[in-house]
Amino acid sequence: MQSADYMALLPLLVLSGALGAVMLLIAIGRHHGLTALLTLAGLAAAVAALPVAAARAPIRVTALLTIDGYGLFFMALVLLATAAVALLGYAYFRSWSGHREEFYLLLLCAALGACVLVVSSHFTAFFVGLEILSIALYALIAYPRHRAESLEAGIKYLVLAAGSAGFLLFGMALIYAERGTLDFTALAAAGGVPATLQSQVMLLTGLSLLLVGVGFKLALVPFHMWTADVYQGAPAPVTAFVATVSKTAVVALLLRLLAPMGAQSGAAFSQILAVLAAASMVGGNLLALRQQSVKRLLAYSSIAHLGYVLVAVLAAGPAAVPAVMFYMAAYTLAQLGSFGVIAVRSSRLTEADALESFSGLFFRQPWLATVFTAMLLSLAGIPLTAGFVGKFYVISAGAQNHLWWLIITLVLTSGVGLFYYLRVVVTMFSTSVPVDLTPRPVVFSGALVLTISTVLLIWLGTAPEPLVRLLQNMAP
Amino acid sequence: MMLIILIAVPLAGGILAGILGRRNAGAARWISLAALLLDLILALVWLLPVATRPLAPTAGPWLVELRLPWISTLGISFHLAADGLSVVLILLTLLLGLAAVACSWSEIHERTGFFFFNLMWVLAGILGVFTALDLFLFYFFWELMMVPMFFLIILWGHENRVYAAIKFFLFTQIAGLLMLAAIIGLYFIHGQISGNYSFDYSALLGTPLAAGTGMFLMLGFFAAFAVKLPAFPVHVWLPDAHTEAPTAGSVVLAGLLLKTGAYGLLRFVVPLFPEAARAFAPWAMALAVAGIIYGAVLAFSQTDLKRLVAYTSVSHMGFVMLAVFAWNEMALQGALIQIICHGLSTGALFVIVGMLQERMHTRDLRRMGGLWKEVPRLGGFAMFFALASLGLPGLGNFVGEFLILIGVFPQAPLLTVVAAGGLVAASIYSLWIVQQAFHGQARETWRISDLNGREAVTLGVLAAALLWLGLYPQPVIQMARPALAHMRQIQVPHSFPAPESTASLPAAPADPQGEMHAIR
Repeated sequence: MQSADYMALLPLLVLSGALGAVMLLIAIGRHHGLTALLTLAGLAAAVAALPVAAARAPIRVTALLTIDGYGLFFMALVLLATAAVALLGYAYFRSWSGHREEFYLLLLCAALGACVLVVSSHFTAFFVGLEILSIALYALIAYPRHRAESLEAGIKYLVLAAGSAGFLLFGMALIYAERGTLDFTALAAAGGVPATLQSQVMLLTGLSLLLVGVGFKLALVPFHMWTADVYQGAPAPVTAFVATVSKTAVVALLLRLLAPMGAQSGAAFSQILAVLAAASMVGGNLLALRQQSVKRLLAYSSIAHLGYVLVAVLAAGPAAVPAVMFYMAAYTLAQLGSFGVIAVRSSRLTEADALESFSGLFFRQPWLATVFTAMLLSLAGIPLTAGFVGKFYVISAGAQNHLWWLIITLVLTSGVGLFYYLRVVVTMFSTSVPVDLTPRPVVFSGALVLTISTVLLIWLGTAPEPLVRLLQNMAP
Repeated sequence: MMLIILIAVPLAGGILAGILGRRNAGAARWISLAALLLDLILALVWLLPVATRPLAPTAGPWLVELRLPWISTLGISFHLAADGLSVVLILLTLLLGLAAVACSWSEIHERTGFFFFNLMWVLAGILGVFTALDLFLFYFFWELMMVPMFFLIILWGHENRVYAAIKFFLFTQIAGLLMLAAIIGLYFIHGQISGNYSFDYSALLGTPLAAGTGMFLMLGFFAAFAVKLPAFPVHVWLPDAHTEAPTAGSVVLAGLLLKTGAYGLLRFVVPLFPEAARAFAPWAMALAVAGIIYGAVLAFSQTDLKRLVAYTSVSHMGFVMLAVFAWNEMALQGALIQIICHGLSTGALFVIVGMLQERMHTRDLRRMGGLWKEVPRLGGFAMFFALASLGLPGLGNFVGEFLILIGVFPQAPLLTVVAAGGLVAASIYSLWIVQQAFHGQARETWRISDLNGREAVTLGVLAAALLWLGLYPQPVIQMARPALAHMRQIQVPHSFPAPESTASLPAAPADPQGEMHAIR
């Protein structure tokens, strides 16, 4: 490795350094505010290191990692979203007693895993990154040990994630047996659809098993069973992390893996993906319809959103990569804001996710309700919000490749989706007010996250040109 | 710049009203009124002279045009333009906007600032729809006007408002998304043929399309506009939304939102997909006639006065759709007059229902009766607008429906005859309103006040406009004639220098008269 390699790796190195520093700080003395501050400083330093890395990009660092504009964009998204989760976590855990500091440690660890994922170009890096992310997540989800549902969610995630990792490994092994390489680019270079039937079966089976692992992480139907329980059981900032960072990182990886391999994997594989996309859109939106918990509702809606993203992933045209990047950015913003609203309203004992607790919120805390409305409208894809431009971009990518059936599914299921987003909005604007609720004051760090994400949401929705330009330059 | 300012004034007024209205409800009302008046004056000063000036024969169709780069990487520009048709509709929007502000003056007590914020943003969205010439921008405004309307219904509506608002939003949104898919489809087909990826209306005009593709894309657009119009099978959101909305909401819905559907058919469906529209015309015209008759019959059987007026909209807007798909000069002029007059007369009827409800707290026709003695001025105005609605000669609606029937007859005599039956039904239900509410035996004793000055001025202005359009519609027709004529010329597909890879379609034989003979 040369110095240029180290410079390219600087964001990851800074992040690892921050991880160590936070660990030492906790060992020396527990202080919630200070730990949060150091975490944020570490994340800020990692973000500041991105331009340094970008100056060297694109560069291959060892056989495992490729630092390019595409990976760095997703890394920025991961780091910023993690910072937002840390701020939300500070607001969320502020009134707690007991061990709060390890939350930040685990958060940084998970972010490191996600950052490795988005730049990995080798199955080894893929698996290592995924495991760093997953193992930190097991602990994060079960972080409030006094809550039975959090523990249950943690166990559920642990068992299923470990199982899916097994599928993933087996898939990698089959692909390696057929192609003799674990490197993404080498795999792509290895040529088209194999001639013999046996080779085809090996490769297809490998890819399909791989897809099981990825589908679990992205909560695609039919690998979505854990989603609602984990979303509901995890503390709200962690849910925000699961919904945004962990999914963004895996989507980034999937696209990097499939973009060059798409051609050789053949029509059968595309069909599998198309079925998964359609099933996720239909299943996610239908299951969300009758939920009484906002967290569960958002869980099912995120299933549907990943289905929409898959449409763009499948499109694989020149517009596909920027479309996926934009959509993930818009989706991350809206999910952070939504779970942020839940996080700032939750207390140590109860998560404020019951739909009826939102009734009349507009008249008690108009600002909070306005933010949440903006987030939900963005998720529903209404203009003026980033979600609309994202959806537009995804439909464009699909249309460019004539995926008409998927587009029609997308359009119709987002109509269904509109209904449950509206249900939440309607509840917030309803005049009946629950009696026992006194508004909790919003902690400053939470308010900061919500304000910034709302401003960004509207800004991206009305003037997306700078970001679109950036993405088109960054896409490989 | 003029057009941007015209849209920005209500947007800014809405924000200001929303902020100041939290402290002082009166301020919100006056600011909204002032902003709309200012906008109307600006429109009259800027647009009217341009629109009435005779056009140079070589000039393009657009009287004023503005094009700014927006998302140029995707071929999206901030392109606004107005021709005579747009100018007429802008003036209608502002006039009815003023009526909407006036009729909510004393009706809205709660959260007044937020109410006027929403009202002003709906109006701004509508102005945007009438002037946007970039399809992406058009869709943007199209959706922009929906969200505040949703809030108007759900926060200030009547008993069943949540159901009505959600139904309204779902119908329009799903149809809107279909249109979005069609817009994007057209964008790519055009881009692949010409190499110029653009959402611009003038660029997309005349894109050669295979018959099947053209029909699919056209249906995407048609779905959005037919829901908004509303056309017969997809009108079901309308009675609920109109009935439950606050008065200003109903006025804007009936007077303006429905007109955006008609405008969309006129501006986009037929010019962009002339072939597909021609093939689809018999179906569309049949649906239109079904709507005319069905709306009229259902109107007659309503007991809720507001619902009754709502169903008459289905009937009257059917005439507009009939005319659009006949696509000849006479029918289109009739459609334009009908669009304006239906906006004015139905808007006024909703204002009257709102006034009755504010005084009596009921809209039930069965509880009314004999009100003329109590409120003779209100009764007089109700009589006037009911007569306008039934198409009494001398008032604007007559001109519109008459021109439409004359224009459609040569192309579809049978449908015209059936549609004319709608006129008969209209006279029944219109007189029924007056008879049930204002004449006959008083079924209950009401002590209610007659019109005050503000209300009389509101209705008086609308009545004067209808009378003027009935007696002397020529200026309006004159103003819009070049625009309509131009739209009827651009239906011949241009041929692109198509690259070999794409199968270039033979351009359809140009019809010498530019006439579209739907049914011979």
